[in-house]
Amino acid sequence: MEVEFRPGLHRWSILLAFCTLLLVVAGGLVTSRDAGLSVPDWPLSYGKLMPQMEGGILYEHGHRMVATTVGLMTIVSMVWLLRVDKRRWMRWLGVIALGAVIAQGVLGGLTVIYLLPWWISSSHACLAQLFFSTTVAMAIFTSDWWLSGSLPLDEDNKYPIRGLSLAAPLCVLGQLALGAAARHKAIGSIYHISGAPIVTAVIMWVSLRILLHYARNRELRVAALTVISISLAQVFLGIAAYMTRIAYADAVQPMPLMVTFTVLHVAVGALTMASTVVLAILVRRNVVSRSLAYSPASAAALSR
Amino acid sequence: MPEIDMSSNPQCERQHKVPAKAETVIVNSNGTLKNVFVWIKSGLPNERWTPPTTAARLDQHGCIYEPHVQGIVEGQDLDIVNSDPVNHNVHAEAEKNTAWNESQPPRAEHKIKRFNQEEVLFPVTCSVHPWMRAYIGVSPHPFFAVTGDDGTFTLKGVPPGTYTIEAVHEKYGRKEGKLTLAPSGAATIDFAYGS
Repeated sequence: MEVEFRPGLHRWSILLAFCTLLLVVAGGLVTSRDAGLSVPDWPLSYGKLMPQMEGGILYEHGHRMVATTVGLMTIVSMVWLLRVDKRRWMRWLGVIALGAVIAQGVLGGLTVIYLLPWWISSSHACLAQLFFSTTVAMAIFTSDWWLSGSLPLDEDNKYPIRGLSLAAPLCVLGQLALGAAARHKAIGSIYHISGAPIVTAVIMWVSLRILLHYARNRELRVAALTVISISLAQVFLGIAAYMTRIAYADAVQPMPLMVTFTVLHVAVGALTMASTVVLAILVRRNVVSRSLAYSPASAAALSR
Repeated sequence: MPEIDMSSNPQCERQHKVPAKAETVIVNSNGTLKNVFVWIKSGLPNERWTPPTTAARLDQHGCIYEPHVQGIVEGQDLDIVNSDPVNHNVHAEAEKNTAWNESQPPRAEHKIKRFNQEEVLFPVTCSVHPWMRAYIGVSPHPFFAVTGDDGTFTLKGVPPGTYTIEAVHEKYGRKEGKLTLAPSGAATIDFAYGS
């Protein structure tokens, strides 16, 4: 199927992903500044569309404003995709993105109304990361280089990667869930801290296998190096966030350095998740399973 | 105690000629501890105590709760006031009583709240100003007090008997002691925190 590259749609998708990352930062600021309940009502704020932006209200209502913008942008994305994109699965992805952002808004409202129960707040945090990954994937799927096709490699049976590549985003998602549960005080930080070396090891395993055995493919090479860079930055930020938390344990209010490192850790966590999702997508696109490659049925499937 | 940084809300900051300080731990000049809630935990006759008809008061003034720690009797009214020119939210982080979170804009009507379950202590917080934190002890009887500037407390009108007295501090936690009060007498009990 020939799909025409649409620069406007692609740029819009990049903008949506960028705004979603800002939304993740805004959400991280709400929690780190202890501002989650500064606006007790929802969907209005102090009964208004625009309350006085002071103290924690600036963060909570600011988060709601960015979220509303991203929600509207997602509606535009979906309509755009439904109108112009010939790929059925891509149109569905637009619909799923809209469903996710609506669900995210409802979770955000419920957690305020029910006074931040950990399981709603953690679900809100995890869905935010998944939604960001979805927007990044949408930006990639609408890009010129994606639509211009690829030069797939055969999977090396000695060093398989197609299945393994899925382990990285799954482990990152698990680690994000532990982080969210710790942040919302359902569990101790020790679980999230203990998960960090495991997740880092899995990411390194996947990335290094690609660099050692599939580096001929430029897309995979670049993606693997990107994942490694982001993950190492994330480990550093995690250590910094934890150390500042210990240093300011007795502070009477959230301290700027602690807030900065924690929010950066949340944002780079979203980038870690998205980069491992992209890596897994690129592996599926650029590495052909030998069983798939030589099976007549698979060949037929590929040709569709 | 550390100074509170109110720069995120200049209207709060302007109300203090000198920066306000956190009240988490206040050591008095005689080495005693302020803001410790002390109450009779057990030993009283099993009867229903009538709550006072006058309301206890929790004021938001200068973006600080006044008082920082107080006790109320089960069923007693708590009159919550916003004396500040800024928005506050009031979040009663109770566990045995029903938790709630409500906004209180400037010049808004007082909030009258009641807590009907014994709960010592729970925090009341404001997420608009995250340094704001008060503590409330809900007692089934009126025999409680909060230590002041000299670290002492007095429980008046206690009938004779043997009691378990508990001291509760927001940071240093709980201490218990036994005390026997003879008819028409007085008794003293000391609590020590730290090493």
